[in-house]
Amino acid sequence: MIPYDFAYFKASTAEEAVELYQSLREQGKQPVYYAGGTEIITLGRMKEVYTEAVIDIKGITECQTLQLEQNQLVMGAALPLTKLQEANLFPLLSQTISEIADHTARNKITLGGNLCGNIYYREAVLPLLIADTDVVIAGKSGRRRIPLNSIFDERPCLEDGELLTQLITQSDYLGLPYYSVKKRRQWDVGYPLITVTALKKEGKIRVSFSGVCLFPFRSERIEECLNDTRLNPDDRIERAIQHLPKPISNDVEGSPEYRLFVLKNTLLDVLQALEGETYAHN
Amino acid sequence: MHTTEITLEVNGETRSVTVRNADTLLYVLRDKLGLTGAKPGCLNGDCGTCTIDVDGNPMKSCLMLAVEVQEAKITTVEGLKYSSLQTEFVDKFAFQCGYCTPGFIMNANALIKQYPHANDMLIKEWLESNICRCTGYKEIEEAVKSALATAQTVLRQQ
Amino acid sequence: MTIGDSIFRKEALEKVTGTAKYTDDYHSPAMLHAKLIVSPHAHAKIKSIDILEAQKAPGVRAVVTGQAEFPLTGEEIHDRPPIAFGKVRYHGEPVAAVIADTLQLAKKAAELVKVTYESLPVVNSPSEALSTSAPLVHENLGQYEKIQHVFPEPNTNIADRIKIRKGNMEIGWQESEVTVETNFSFGPSDHAAMETRCATAEIRPDGHILISSSSQSPYMIKKLMSEYFDLEAGKIIVTTPLVGGAYGGKVPTQLEIIAYLASKAVGGRPVKVFNEREEDMITSPVHIGLEATVKLGSTRDGKLKAAKLFYTFDSGAYSDKGATISRAAAVSCTGPYFIENIWCDSLCVYTNHPYATAYRGFSHSEVLFAFERTMDVLAEKLGMDPFELREKNAILPGHTTPTEVDLNSSNVGNLPECLRKLKELMKWDEGRFIKINDRKVRAKGISCIWKTSTIDTNASSGVILTYNPDGSLNLLSGLVEIGTGTKTVLAQILAEKMKMDVSQIHVRMEVDTQTMPEHWKTVASRGTYMAGRAVQQAADDLIRQLKDMASRVLVCSPDELEVGYGKVIVKDDPTKSCMIADIAYGHKYPNGNAIGGQIMANGKFMFKHMTHLDRETGSGKPGPEWTVGAQGIEIEFDTRDFTYRILKAYSVIDVGKVLNYKGALGQVMGAMSMGIGFAGREAFIFDRKGKVLNPQLRTYVPPHYGEHPEYIVEFVETPHIDAPHGARGIGEHGLIGMPAALANVLSNAAGINLNQLPLVPELIWKIKTQGVQNDSV
Repeated sequence: MIPYDFAYFKASTAEEAVELYQSLREQGKQPVYYAGGTEIITLGRMKEVYTEAVIDIKGITECQTLQLEQNQLVMGAALPLTKLQEANLFPLLSQTISEIADHTARNKITLGGNLCGNIYYREAVLPLLIADTDVVIAGKSGRRRIPLNSIFDERPCLEDGELLTQLITQSDYLGLPYYSVKKRRQWDVGYPLITVTALKKEGKIRVSFSGVCLFPFRSERIEECLNDTRLNPDDRIERAIQHLPKPISNDVEGSPEYRLFVLKNTLLDVLQALEGETYAHN
Repeated sequence: MHTTEITLEVNGETRSVTVRNADTLLYVLRDKLGLTGAKPGCLNGDCGTCTIDVDGNPMKSCLMLAVEVQEAKITTVEGLKYSSLQTEFVDKFAFQCGYCTPGFIMNANALIKQYPHANDMLIKEWLESNICRCTGYKEIEEAVKSALATAQTVLRQQ
Repeated sequence: MTIGDSIFRKEALEKVTGTAKYTDDYHSPAMLHAKLIVSPHAHAKIKSIDILEAQKAPGVRAVVTGQAEFPLTGEEIHDRPPIAFGKVRYHGEPVAAVIADTLQLAKKAAELVKVTYESLPVVNSPSEALSTSAPLVHENLGQYEKIQHVFPEPNTNIADRIKIRKGNMEIGWQESEVTVETNFSFGPSDHAAMETRCATAEIRPDGHILISSSSQSPYMIKKLMSEYFDLEAGKIIVTTPLVGGAYGGKVPTQLEIIAYLASKAVGGRPVKVFNEREEDMITSPVHIGLEATVKLGSTRDGKLKAAKLFYTFDSGAYSDKGATISRAAAVSCTGPYFIENIWCDSLCVYTNHPYATAYRGFSHSEVLFAFERTMDVLAEKLGMDPFELREKNAILPGHTTPTEVDLNSSNVGNLPECLRKLKELMKWDEGRFIKINDRKVRAKGISCIWKTSTIDTNASSGVILTYNPDGSLNLLSGLVEIGTGTKTVLAQILAEKMKMDVSQIHVRMEVDTQTMPEHWKTVASRGTYMAGRAVQQAADDLIRQLKDMASRVLVCSPDELEVGYGKVIVKDDPTKSCMIADIAYGHKYPNGNAIGGQIMANGKFMFKHMTHLDRETGSGKPGPEWTVGAQGIEIEFDTRDFTYRILKAYSVIDVGKVLNYKGALGQVMGAMSMGIGFAGREAFIFDRKGKVLNPQLRTYVPPHYGEHPEYIVEFVETPHIDAPHGARGIGEHGLIGMPAALANVLSNAAGINLNQLPLVPELIWKIKTQGVQNDSV
């Protein structure tokens, strides 16, 4: 039960959505784009999210695109996670998504919503960060396509009123060797203690993290350390974790010290999975 | 402007109702349409007691606004009429207090329709979305697997 | 005919079609809605509450805040204001209720209520509560009204202390060649029934008060409301439809009082109070926490000689059932073993945590976690197999319990047989620690269980039977259908007695305290025993009346007749009979004369020979019989990550007699699942200020589908001769041994002593790597 009221608009194009946003903002309505809406509803219920106008973007065709053509995978921001998972065009993404919330909820949670929402895990972003994914953003001055990494700092940093419409990953990333694991406080359900995804491209491991800190991230320095095959895996990992952003999360899922313990073991698994022979020689 | 008159297609019937835009579908089903089969368990998407079927997919009706689903086909537990799944739930003692039962049934019903050959992993992935606090899940597992077997037999016969 | 059969529950079709109704499913346009404003602090003075803005908000009909003239409430100690007054004692405590036309308007206006607090030092655990410098949760503890058999200690945080003094401890320690002592602790957790609590109240112009509630205790609501507000009991009518899970959590009277006060504030109009999940988890009562020290002494060959037990229950801000839980813990303080010398202090203490109430097992899973874990510690020290130590000390007929009840072959089940079966099922002889590879091991652990009830000595249950014109029967019992299927079992008991088809028995599911005879409370795994005996007595009465009536029709003596199969039959000439349908509403002669009138019957039941516990020694008889059993868990443990999966969970329970096989199985497996959840993951996480950080089902996670193990459940049947068909209580028992069994198997697998809950990998990691342990083994 959301206690406050809001106006509901359904946009059929990105331009319309952006325009509506501008005019609603000018009227002081604190508008929000509404895709799956799961966070707006659940956080709204506790007034942790407030708005006087929601703009439903599910009717925008480009936000629903899911196609693999001209060597790129185009994913609409309003696609429900299960749809992406079932299509399985990007196995690392599918596997990572399959651990977010639960199956029924994933019928409603969207890709863009997971990336741009308030709940900080944003695990769907992890594969995209290491697969050099581009984002398409619609704004006042039209559309732009830029690398996700260039605007990602804890979250996608969009200008006020900008709408994330698509994510585009080059097809040569889709079939790369990968590793994705979500470790929880206990068993199979719940928020992550840590989630780690990794890809191996051109002999180098790329890795991204959620749950470790209060935001998801990818770090070049961590990757450098992990790829320094002159050292044995344990030493590489010891060095890598020196470069973790601070502070390490401390919440009901686990203490920072325990997270580090789990992270180290998980990184060992990443190296073992993606290095195979090299790892064994070390 | 904060309320909308909407038309919903629920259980094969067209229902017109005025709702607040901020009303969840769960609230509208229960309080405006008298369909109390979907239950409020957490209002937070965590427990699955409010699960219904929207266009063939299980959905948590506490996680959707009624204004969002105007063009969809909604089925609630009241719209299932003595399906083999319901019979199996009775037969296998797959519920005790019964509060989670409509949600489990609606979720499993969609699973059986979409994936009549679902394996253990897929069943787990889907049914993990609901909490049952009374049973130890074994009876639910038996009921769903038994209904899947029936669905497979029907498919073979076709 | 039907006893033992897996008869489908009577309300099954309602439940699978979504037509089964629970309290919140009843709704009328006239009904107003109350929204609670709850405390964000665990302990604070209420400096001021400003309700002016809220009162002016659209749709608001009243705002109720705590008042000096509101009665203090509580079943044993009247220590709880229905709405906080003066100060708040836990995070989540109600401080005001806004009543409005719709829930949304109430919720919106609730934000306008401005409460200013001055925070107070917090009592965040039982040991903190007992420290001499502890702040007092209740300054006026000495002045509270209370029942006779509870003994709060003024100017402390101790709400009650129960003592067991059996035998002679000095001799016990002298005879002990080996001793172990271990400390245990776990915090409060939750019942997490899928249906959150909900209550409605309406005050009619003629003074009748209509309350509807998702409760295990509708008759207690009636009694307490009458006491608290000096109301005529006959004018209070409580209805309880189907209840969506309870597990003890729906025993207390809480929202009903607020709903009544709210209705009173709006001139008697109906008002609904519905808990959202966050409120249900912390505002309403929770599952109790415990700190414990267990010291055991035994001979070198494993004969237990002495047990010294110190249990401190975290009752939270109010005592509610905390004192009774502490009492039940004392009654069963040792686990199902015969020990001559026992010293136990079981304390109910106040803290600034959400307040505790009954939880499935009623102190037994809690106390047995500590005791059964210590049994394994002792076995290890003795170099003895855990099974052997338990077999050696198993309680038997001829022994006495901690409260010195003499046991016989009826009032206690057969524990050695349960252990024998369990050992076989678990293939114990193949080893309890098996290495699978460099990282993984498979391990097994066990726990014994026992339980009796500790309900009011004069608790009673009544049943009324009426006929329909077709000869079918209506069964009216005040027992609440909380999911246990007990009302279906009652129909089975009646069908057996009347030799009729169970489908011909109509059981009223909803309870209405005005028209249905009282069943004290639907608790303590006592429904079948109490209401079942009442059914049997009512059926005897029915049979007597049928024979009397039929004797006139069949022209013979009533004792020459037999009732069954829808007829009353002449015993030595079965060709002569009359249909029950033809006499159930009197008999009409061909000339129009009629005799008899409708036949209806009633039955009642009350336990015999129950006593209170002696205040100094604890001796006394609290319950009629003990269910015993043995449980086990098998896991696969990862020695690198300290993670584990539960592969198999076992229960062998002496249930006396299985009345409904699948029903009994479901009770046991469901309870096991709940026990595994409690042991393995569920716990409130408090910050230093006593605030609960995880009052949602995504951060407080009960077991989900697919996390469940394979269940292996078997029954032993040693009849309890006083109970219907010899059946013992079974609703709670599957839960009781799970925490101890899990702690034992994990301690075995990880090679450390795990004496805290929940048993999350982080705990194992912490103890494994930092050796955080405070035992002196």
